[in-house]
Amino acid sequence: MAATSYIAETLGRRTNRGFFARLRGGDEISYLVTLASTVSILLIVGLIVFELWANSRPTFKAFGFGFLTSSAWDPNADKYGALPFIYGTCVTSFVGMLIAVPLGLAASIFLAEMAPPKLSNFLTFLIELLAAVPSVIYGLIGIFILVPAIRTYLVPPLKAAFGYLPIFEGTFYGLSFLSAGIVLSVMVVPFIISVSREVLMAVPVEQREAALALGATKWETTWDIVLPNASTGIFGSIFLALARALGETMAVTMVIGNAPRISASLLSPGYSIAAVIANEFAEANGDLYISSLIFMALVLFGLTIVINAVARIFIMTTQGKGI
Amino acid sequence: MMMEISATRRIVNGFMLTLSGVCTVLVVSVLFFILGYLLLHGASSLNWDFFTKLPKPSGETGGGMANAIVGSGKVLLMATVIGVPIGFMAGVYLAEYSGKTFAFAIRYVVDLLNGVPSIVIGIVAYALVVRPMRHFSALAGGTALGIMMIPIAVRTTEEFLRAVPTNIREGAMALGATKATTIFTVVIPAAISGLTSGMMLNLARVAGETAPLLFTALGNQFWSSGWLAPIATLPVMIYNYATAPEDDLHQQAWAAGFVLLTLVLIINVTARLIIASGPAAQRR
Repeated sequence: MAATSYIAETLGRRTNRGFFARLRGGDEISYLVTLASTVSILLIVGLIVFELWANSRPTFKAFGFGFLTSSAWDPNADKYGALPFIYGTCVTSFVGMLIAVPLGLAASIFLAEMAPPKLSNFLTFLIELLAAVPSVIYGLIGIFILVPAIRTYLVPPLKAAFGYLPIFEGTFYGLSFLSAGIVLSVMVVPFIISVSREVLMAVPVEQREAALALGATKWETTWDIVLPNASTGIFGSIFLALARALGETMAVTMVIGNAPRISASLLSPGYSIAAVIANEFAEANGDLYISSLIFMALVLFGLTIVINAVARIFIMTTQGKGI
Repeated sequence: MMMEISATRRIVNGFMLTLSGVCTVLVVSVLFFILGYLLLHGASSLNWDFFTKLPKPSGETGGGMANAIVGSGKVLLMATVIGVPIGFMAGVYLAEYSGKTFAFAIRYVVDLLNGVPSIVIGIVAYALVVRPMRHFSALAGGTALGIMMIPIAVRTTEEFLRAVPTNIREGAMALGATKATTIFTVVIPAAISGLTSGMMLNLARVAGETAPLLFTALGNQFWSSGWLAPIATLPVMIYNYATAPEDDLHQQAWAAGFVLLTLVLIINVTARLIIASGPAAQRR
């Protein structure tokens, strides 16, 4: 950056004047205040980790890691197991990503490679607005519009064609893994698109020109040349979206059905980590009950942190900077 | 001379490119789909009572969400007071004082904080504020949303301050201004339109947050006095009413959803237009 002379200037200034002179000029105060704010962010992150860890101790002492593999969830008997919720979180996120990844990738290819810049910018603007829609609104649309629509238009043909598969077994009442997955896909697609589009646009034009000059079609250029070049960043965007999907609470809570059971069928109701916390935390009584919910929050926190950390590194390596 | 491209390759090319366009239209149409349904169900259930009356006890119809509208305002004000100063000051530090490696590390941590699910932040606010005070409160809700505002406050502040040209800083210092004076009277005013729009976007993002408020602000059927009592907020009301069995409450949930989405989108569009037309965007 061209700020070197500016920095050298200020550094020189700092060494030339006494501490109190600098204090009077406001220099040290502003330095210390801004530094303290920065450090306080680290403290807040530390506090988050500590609070989650400390408050989930009772459950860890009572059940150990067996908590994660047990599917007993009976607050009356003070028995807790996280497996149905972990299962629900994973299944809904998987369904969501299954839809969101191809859709988002196709859309970002269109926006980065084909659309004229003005149209591309306008459409990206609209897609960013989609990302700004609060999740409770997605839940509202999910309950009253999407779930009935899935019941009428999507499930009958699915059952007719693939009814013999265990994943489409059983009666469909509306609130289910499938509904939650579909709502999730719509919610995370903007994240895939906005990052992937940037990453694709960062691929040098020369690469495309070379491929086209060798006689490749526009699609071949995009698929064989541009995409492989941008693949790390695209994986980054997918991981980013996955972390969002895992932690998404309201929309999932409203359409998943809130039944702690493990079922292979996507048509049956389930539960997710975030949903059980949202539903039961305010009313939870008993230390072990609260502690079990917080333990699951810790699991969710760890999972999203790791996925986000990987995603950010992926994105940084293709872009040269974070987003 | 034009090379002959086989029919299959041409068809694949045309098909895949069209498909990508169709996918884009599909994604964008979701926005209009959402807007359309909220307009259809929400605007029709909206009336003056919604803005002026308290919720009716369960079983009775009518009533409004005046307390939730004010409540959302109060919680958001609290969140801004808690989150924005810390984020803003840290952003100033990263843009103006910090060394490269430290700035990189902080930016990384801040991005990770941004990715923490909101429900987890809610639990932390519960453990930090609700549990020691032994009751749900606007303060706890504001703390949760405030923590959520920090990452974006940091990143937007840093970005817009870095976009201010160095020669402006050098000009100020050449006139004898100290570094602090330069930052606070020259650099920040030069970036002010970007900074305010960034903070507006930040506010719009947490305005719709529901999950962290469920067990911090909780909710309230009545007016909430002061900052230490449970308080109703629009997003939590939407959730409670949408999942309740009564039809009348569903209508109210739609109306509240319409109000919330309109507010969020208006703030978003305005802020984005300001940023797009601002000096920072043109220099980029």
